Amino acid sequence: MTSLDDNSKEKLRSVSVDLNNDASLVIDIPDALCERDMVKFTVHTKTTLSSFQKPDFSVPRQHEDFIWLHDTLVETEEYAGLIIPPAPPKPDFESPREKMHKLGEGEASMTKEEYAKMKQELEAEYLAVFKKTVQVHEVFLQRLSSHPVLSKDRNFQIFLEYDQDLSVRRKNAKEMFGGFFKNMVKSADEVLISGIKEVDDFFEQEKTFLLDYFSKIKDSTAKAEKMTRSHKNIADDYIHISATLNAICAEDSVGVEIRGLLEGRVASDQELKLTELLRYYMRDIQAAKDLLYRRARALANYENSNKALDKARLKSRDIPQAEEHQQQCLQKFDRLSESAKKELTSFKGRRVMAFKKNLVEMAELEIKHAKVSLTAHPIKHTV
Amino acid sequence: PKQDSLMDDDPEDLFAGATEEVSLDSPERDVLLSDGPSPAITPITPPTSVIAPRIGHAHDDMFTHSSFDEIEEEEGGDSFDVHISVSDPEKVGDGMNAYMAYKVSTKTSLSVFKQRDFSVKRRFSDFLGLHSKLASKYLHIGYIVPPAPEKSIVGMTKVKVGKEDQSSNEFVEKRRSALERYLMRTVKHPILLKDPDVLQFLENSELPRAVNTQALSSAGILRMVNKAADAVNKMTIKMNESDAWFEEKQQHFENLDVQLRKLHASVESLVCHRKELSVNTAQFAKSAAMLGNSEDHTALSRALSQLAEVEEKIDQLHQDQANADFYLFSELLGDYVRLITAGGSGDLELYFYFIFFRIRGVFDHRIKTWQKWQDSQVLLLKKREAEAKLQFTNKPDKLQQAKDEIKELEGKVQQGERDFEQISKIIRKEVGRFEKERVKDFKTIIVKYLESLVQTQQQLIKYWEAFLPEAKAIS
Repeated sequence: MTSLDDNSKEKLRSVSVDLNNDASLVIDIPDALCERDMVKFTVHTKTTLSSFQKPDFSVPRQHEDFIWLHDTLVETEEYAGLIIPPAPPKPDFESPREKMHKLGEGEASMTKEEYAKMKQELEAEYLAVFKKTVQVHEVFLQRLSSHPVLSKDRNFQIFLEYDQDLSVRRKNAKEMFGGFFKNMVKSADEVLISGIKEVDDFFEQEKTFLLDYFSKIKDSTAKAEKMTRSHKNIADDYIHISATLNAICAEDSVGVEIRGLLEGRVASDQELKLTELLRYYMRDIQAAKDLLYRRARALANYENSNKALDKARLKSRDIPQAEEHQQQCLQKFDRLSESAKKELTSFKGRRVMAFKKNLVEMAELEIKHAKVSLTAHPIKHTV
Repeated sequence: PKQDSLMDDDPEDLFAGATEEVSLDSPERDVLLSDGPSPAITPITPPTSVIAPRIGHAHDDMFTHSSFDEIEEEEGGDSFDVHISVSDPEKVGDGMNAYMAYKVSTKTSLSVFKQRDFSVKRRFSDFLGLHSKLASKYLHIGYIVPPAPEKSIVGMTKVKVGKEDQSSNEFVEKRRSALERYLMRTVKHPILLKDPDVLQFLENSELPRAVNTQALSSAGILRMVNKAADAVNKMTIKMNESDAWFEEKQQHFENLDVQLRKLHASVESLVCHRKELSVNTAQFAKSAAMLGNSEDHTALSRALSQLAEVEEKIDQLHQDQANADFYLFSELLGDYVRLITAGGSGDLELYFYFIFFRIRGVFDHRIKTWQKWQDSQVLLLKKREAEAKLQFTNKPDKLQQAKDEIKELEGKVQQGERDFEQISKIIRKEVGRFEKERVKDFKTIIVKYLESLVQTQQQLIKYWEAFLPEAKAIS
């Protein structure tokens, strides 16, 4: 069981820009427990809003609760014109757990020092995964709380406040099926979105940009992850090499001291910053794309309703219903477009700021780490 | 007629059957102690005493009758001042008969050499020929002869066939580097430095071509090791105090062997992962550049392009580091443990045995020397008993014969004792020298490697410090 204390929480840095601007609703995850496969997050809310029963309270939540909340928001018709913050990914401890297992098996072939170091590295990796997942769940909630419309969502309030288990409301088999269907529709939307004739320059540009950017950032995320993995492998190699060299030279009557080679850093902050930044915005851009899809669908509906109206006029039948329907579609589309424009503009600003923040922090960490490794390992040798 | 010495042609000789021609001929047995060596190799006869192997070359006067102690005194005179470099690999000839010729340059102020600054052209088989001679002359006396770089049929074929690609260039460079290390280790050995074959190798413009280059084959080594193990197991050794030293050393080398094996595996892994990192970094750099192009915010776009450039530079650092990884560690491990170059999978185990054997082999020979001495003592005892019995019979001829035999045996026993003490002394010295040198080497190489890592970190700092203002300029 691992828990996150206040101390390490201080060091957590959000990938997104500071979201807790509005003091009327402040959310954080001060604590989390990891039990085998399950992570229990403590969601803590401080609010001045009268819509809540208490001004300061906490509830335990699981990852699945977050997914439920996300999905209900996506499925809410009213929010069709908004970018719904991407759902946090499932906590994945597979990699460090597997490595821990392998380490246990190989323990006999290592020196005590080696084993201790490897264990230390793995524990740090484990902790890093843990920190990452807490952060990403926290950001999801903070995105919601800082959004003028979404922060008022009823289900959001339930999520924050309801002090019983939420599992009854979570996905059951029927909803799962619904989710599957939803994905099928989405891929049909891809075709739709590229095929639609766009009258608005703004959206035309956004569409081109987002589609292109998405594929690029997805690629960059994958490549950044591969880089991180290679660094980790090298760090492990150094642990073994330095331990073996120490064993060889310790045997000698001539005293040679080798203070561990530039030791590996694992789940290094700087690498996390880069990959996490890219990964987060990859998902965020997907959310923006989803908005465009919804708008495209609304446009398609409107165009269909026009056709239907023409047909009705031709047949001189059901004209008022067709007109009514067409008006509704038009209104819906207009509302959606207006809202989408606002959302996409602020999204861009947010994205640029987040990139700046994280790139600066990453560079600073790289410098800091390199300097530390230079001073921490002087070569001492006696003859 | 061969002189009856302790170094007799012995069916149990550890070196018999060890050597095999790479060209798949039947293994040459007893090559080291036979009367008829192949014409290309200097005639080798068993040494008449432990100390002075017979050589038939120009520098006879320097060595033939010197005792080991005298040589040591001469050593004190000159400080070690020989530097050898192997360079300018040049392909000679065409097709499958082609070979690489290397320039071997020597710079020295030692009087044992005829000149101060000179060079010759040598091919790989010349190196193997030299090693073969040195091994046959010195190994069984107790000296630790540096192992020769191994053949690589695959690697060399590529070069012969004229494949001018990166892997064949790498192969030639690795070989060149290995040959240089081999020669430096050889001349660092105070006895080998003065060996006529070594001097001839370095100085003579023409060398007779060593046709039957005995490369110690894997199968041969395995046979040798198993034989040695069996032979030692069969003997019952009475351990006295001085033998405790040898036992301890044997254990020490066995431990070292295990550690070196581990180290080798880790270093191989490091080199491999470093190469992966380089590839991944380069790919990320390209991806970041594309992302930068895609980005419509100007300042961010520029920053992303800068990031891509930084990562490209870092990739170059990784590649340089990978080279440093390989060369420095191969020097560290190279002569103690073989890094397999092109081809030759599965031989690593056997090469480890080989190196181990080099050290252990001399230990085993010492044991055999002791055993032979003991055996002759036992025989002497028996002969004396027989003589005593003969005293009571009236057979003056037989009695005289017995007396003669006893006299001969007594001589043998004394020689045996001397040989045993001598080999023990030499081994102790050699092991001490070997260890000292090894530790010195390790230290030097590790310090050098750490310096390369330090340099990398310093460069990294520079790159990121240049990038930082670009990132801060995003607004």
